[in-house]
Amino acid sequence: MIGIPLSHILIFSLILFAIGVYGALVRRNIIGILISIELMLNAANINLIAFSKYTSLSPETGQIFALFVMAIAATAAAVGLAIVLALYRVRKTVQADEVNLLKW
Amino acid sequence: MSILETAAQFGTYAVMAGVLIFALGVVTLRNLFHCALCLAAALIGTAVLYVVLRAEYLAAIQILLYVGAVVTLVIFAIMLTEHIAQKTVRQNNSQSPLAIVGLLGFVALLAGVILKTPWPVTQAALKAKVSVMGLGEALMGAYVFPFEVISIILIAALIGTVVIAKKDDAQ
Repeated sequence: MIGIPLSHILIFSLILFAIGVYGALVRRNIIGILISIELMLNAANINLIAFSKYTSLSPETGQIFALFVMAIAATAAAVGLAIVLALYRVRKTVQADEVNLLKW
Repeated sequence: MSILETAAQFGTYAVMAGVLIFALGVVTLRNLFHCALCLAAALIGTAVLYVVLRAEYLAAIQILLYVGAVVTLVIFAIMLTEHIAQKTVRQNNSQSPLAIVGLLGFVALLAGVILKTPWPVTQAALKAKVSVMGLGEALMGAYVFPFEVISIILIAALIGTVVIAKKDDAQ
């Protein structure tokens, strides 16, 4: 078995998640925000698999949850990018702060 | 044996550091195409970590689904929405300092919690092996209802994506 304590993996995925949050908060480009969200989902997946490896009594559970997260992430990316393309066709922009039609 | 284990440990930490560096590239690089390539590298590094954690099937799925499909989709979207990475276009909004301060606090808080918590690491879990067969049986047994819900979500997303992205004839 690998000699890496669980807390190190958790802190690694915490930092990965924080980087993803930073990107989602700071990016202006909607595609950049979507990429950052993928990073965050990935960090959550690492946590799930680490827990399933280190602590779970039924080791399949964490991996199945990670599988579900991956499926949802794929659909989120597909739908999100479709929305971006439709938006670009109508408004000619992909910057999140220029899409302010509903803002007053 | 001991040298091998030390090397594996060192390699794992190196992969973790690499993933973090590529993730930083994802959120800081100007050119979105470079960001997508960094994302692919970070996802491959994550797949390596899955192999280290003995989740080989998920590593394969990660490569197929994320690096194969999602990154390709992102690159397509970047190519279709062109001239967005020009030098004159600002890529970040003005929330960067605030976000850095807030997230440093967040990371410090959670890291403290993680280091203080006594995790119930069990030897039984460390020795357990997850086979693809076991995964399939769990998916068809205990988790069959979420599995069906996921399939409905996939169909809905498929139809919704086509409807949203197709050309509007009225225009």
